[in-house]
Amino acid sequence: MSNYRIQGETGEWEVVIGLEVHAQVTSNSKLFSGASTMFGAEPNAQVSLIDAAMPGMLPVPNRECIRQAVRTGMAIEAQINKFSRFDRKNYFYADLPQGYQISQLYHPIVGEGSLVIEADEKAGIPQPKTIGIERIHVEQDAGKLMHDQHPTMSYVDLNRCGVALMEIVSMPHMTSPAEAGAYVRKLRSILRYVGSCDGNMEEGSMRADVNVSVRKVGSPELGTRTETKNVNSVRFVMAVIEQEARRQVDLIEEGGTVVQETRLYDPDKNETRSMRSKEDAHDYRYFPDPDLLPLELDDAFLEECRASLPELPDAKRARYTGELGLSDYNAAQLTAEVETFARFETLLAEAASQLGKSEAVVATQVANWTLSVAPGVIKSLGDDARMENNTAAANAAILKLVDAGTVSGGQAKEIYEIVLKTGREPDEIAETEGLKQQSDTGAIDAEIDKVLAANPDKVEEYRGGKDKLFGFFVGQTMKAMQGKANPQVINELLKAKLG
Amino acid sequence: MTDLTELGVAAIRGGVAKGDFTAREVAEAFNANVAAASALNAFIVTTPEKALEAADAVDAARAARKRLGSMAGVPIGMKDLFATKGVQTTAASHILGGFVPPYESTVSSNLWAAGAGMLGKLNLDQFAMGSSNETSYFGNVISPWRSRESNAELAPGGSSGGSSTAVSARLAPAATGTDTGGSIRQPAAFTGITGVKPTYGRCSRWGVVAFASSLDQAGPMARDIRDCAIMLGAMAGFDPKDSTSLDLPVPDWEAALNADLKGKKVGIPREYRMDGMDAEIEASWEQGKAWLRDAGAEIVDISLPHTKYALPAYYIIAPAEASSNLARYDGVRYGLRDLPEGAGLQDMYAATRAEGFGDEVKRRVLIGTYVLSAGFYDAYYTQAQKVRTLIAQDFANAFEQCDVILAPTTPSAAFALGDKSDDPLSMYLNDVFAVPASLAGLPALSVPAGLTQSGLPLGLQIIGKAFDEQGVMNAGLAIEQRANFSAKPDRWWA
Repeated sequence: MSNYRIQGETGEWEVVIGLEVHAQVTSNSKLFSGASTMFGAEPNAQVSLIDAAMPGMLPVPNRECIRQAVRTGMAIEAQINKFSRFDRKNYFYADLPQGYQISQLYHPIVGEGSLVIEADEKAGIPQPKTIGIERIHVEQDAGKLMHDQHPTMSYVDLNRCGVALMEIVSMPHMTSPAEAGAYVRKLRSILRYVGSCDGNMEEGSMRADVNVSVRKVGSPELGTRTETKNVNSVRFVMAVIEQEARRQVDLIEEGGTVVQETRLYDPDKNETRSMRSKEDAHDYRYFPDPDLLPLELDDAFLEECRASLPELPDAKRARYTGELGLSDYNAAQLTAEVETFARFETLLAEAASQLGKSEAVVATQVANWTLSVAPGVIKSLGDDARMENNTAAANAAILKLVDAGTVSGGQAKEIYEIVLKTGREPDEIAETEGLKQQSDTGAIDAEIDKVLAANPDKVEEYRGGKDKLFGFFVGQTMKAMQGKANPQVINELLKAKLG
Repeated sequence: MTDLTELGVAAIRGGVAKGDFTAREVAEAFNANVAAASALNAFIVTTPEKALEAADAVDAARAARKRLGSMAGVPIGMKDLFATKGVQTTAASHILGGFVPPYESTVSSNLWAAGAGMLGKLNLDQFAMGSSNETSYFGNVISPWRSRESNAELAPGGSSGGSSTAVSARLAPAATGTDTGGSIRQPAAFTGITGVKPTYGRCSRWGVVAFASSLDQAGPMARDIRDCAIMLGAMAGFDPKDSTSLDLPVPDWEAALNADLKGKKVGIPREYRMDGMDAEIEASWEQGKAWLRDAGAEIVDISLPHTKYALPAYYIIAPAEASSNLARYDGVRYGLRDLPEGAGLQDMYAATRAEGFGDEVKRRVLIGTYVLSAGFYDAYYTQAQKVRTLIAQDFANAFEQCDVILAPTTPSAAFALGDKSDDPLSMYLNDVFAVPASLAGLPALSVPAGLTQSGLPLGLQIIGKAFDEQGVMNAGLAIEQRANFSAKPDRWWA
């Protein structure tokens, strides 16, 4: 239980949150038609006769969309229903040509599952928490109305109409904005791992309906909930919960009652406002779609879905900390986004191969490079960085130079800069640009002798027990070597000489 | 020279193939009959040029010694529920007034591919909702038949009333029909022709304006069983664009026609014998039994205990589906739009649908909306679906004891136009014998059995096991050979 509380006049309140996330299924064509799902086309350029609900047109389920929903269900370890069915949700609106949305009310394709959100002390999540997921069902998206094209008329764009959505319904298991935020981020991460949704919230590929109710701390009863529709970022989901919880507490304490209703979030004003109450709620007259047979999944199909699942975030994290010995922090950072772990794993394999060492041995070095060194250099270069030069082979070659002691950390960054700008080979750059550190014991030895000879008093003090002076000798030697000496070699030689 | 319009599908196809006459001559003859029969109001639009074009293609193919399709040279009427590319498709409604689809239904495409040509789009009850053709926005079709006792205009049956009239009045050798709860069989019975409703899923629904998706099924209407077998063969087939389409090969029904019923059992459902049943209907049913026995079949009594619930269940399920299927006619994208000055979206919907739908369509949309609404769904829709399952089970049990079922097609011969139009319940009762097979998705047909005292045709219905169109048509053929029905309406309209 989080300790998120709303301080009211009459005491402390807690909030109960459930989320319905609509995730656009990644597929080339729509749920029941062959029209393209590509984002950003000219209005009404991607509309089939079926999407436009021409007379006599019939839906035919797109196998890929079904497959993606099943894979997603498997990724949240949910019950997969071998028998499911499509229902019609009937209502009139200009963005809904059929006059009904094909959805799954009575028999969804995916039943109960769950996901785990990570502990985050700072956000008030003291330990990992399991959030239950009630169901996932597949349904059609609606089109889009455009109200800014004509002074008195609205325009309709049906490109999105009929695109497959997964509606992922959580249980009311979240009790703070932070938990809800973590849930959405984790869900998004799983969807992107699975490849069933691109998770692009700006393009509307993921949107959440946020159900919020409040109750006095310790009360077993759930309060009346409101549902804020179509919230399209993690930040807004969290803001909606804060605003809505506060509003409900204030309302109740002023003697009012919360009405079950649908609300909209206005990000500009950071407030929610009523869209329609339960009394004017539609009667959707759900019934099984007679144009479609029940969906029956056979074992071979399910097996294929399961076999196609990648390693998922939780398993990957456990492997990174366990087998690869990475820190919790690094493992969490690396596994958060598909692009990050993909880059890491490619480089890890390449580095292990070039260095002739096991992945576990080089993992921490590769992780640090991937998470902090490389992004820092890329950022500092800005537009000068040509990312086509950022190959795993080049990155691994630099790591190999570092590992062999040939170049210092600072030199590695310089080499990486040149690689990104020019695409030249790291070995060649180190050679021709003089970006190599001196490991030649003779030369270092000579400089150490000079440093010791020049500071007889400090040598005396050190030998008398002032250990801190060791750093001074290292610094002086490095300075004499113009920063190009291998610090490890300096350390070893100094220790030997100082006795 | 033979009057070509007296020929049916098989005869026309054979004559064209042999060179007795050209397909163009056939098309011209039927075009002329169509043009002369506007008084019957069977067609919403006529397309003589389409019929000629298809005929010329067949004649050219024959001249080039190409293989001819199974309907080569046969001009047909197309019920105006099938989308025809470039030709107005209205479902006899105002709301689809002027709608010209940019696509062709699968069934009509199949027919054109088999060498058929289109004489025109046939009138029907609006959105196929009706049993008398009186709900058409384009005015009712008038049956070519007249009673010996009166000159009252008679109902051609519905919803495929344009189809039944066109075939019966020799305006077309054959026509497409669709049957949701009797819409092929009842009009066929009223007009003395043969109509076959195949197993649900045999003919693709793609491009057919939907009434009740789980019941709608296209089928042929023609002079006799053989013609229906030929035409059904051309219409049927798996269509990946229709998820409910049967993925089965199409048998050669025509080749396997066989009126010898030795070893077959014909079931007589006890529950179809109703109190106050019309004596002539009962007599015709008895005659049917005798003919089938004569063809070698054994007659057995069977029970279909849930029959009396079929009509009520049908009038829940069909309107429920219709209320949803017809939601797309909203004035936004095609068809009629009524946008009163200053109206918003809701006003436009209301005005368009009030103007665009007829009374019977509105009645069914209202019934359907009601039975699906919260609080009533379980009491009506769920119950009706259970009844539907029981009815299917009744048939499954019955078919343990028999191969086909014999029943009347309708409770009476054709009634006069206007007789039942103010009494929907009495109108709905017309389909009492037809609806159970529809609910169970079974193949069924109506074949002419004779005339009433007043000279009006009566039909007998054969219902068969799922996928057994052959058994149904064989039994129909046995009746046809014995009934020897040759009556035809006087040509009072031309």
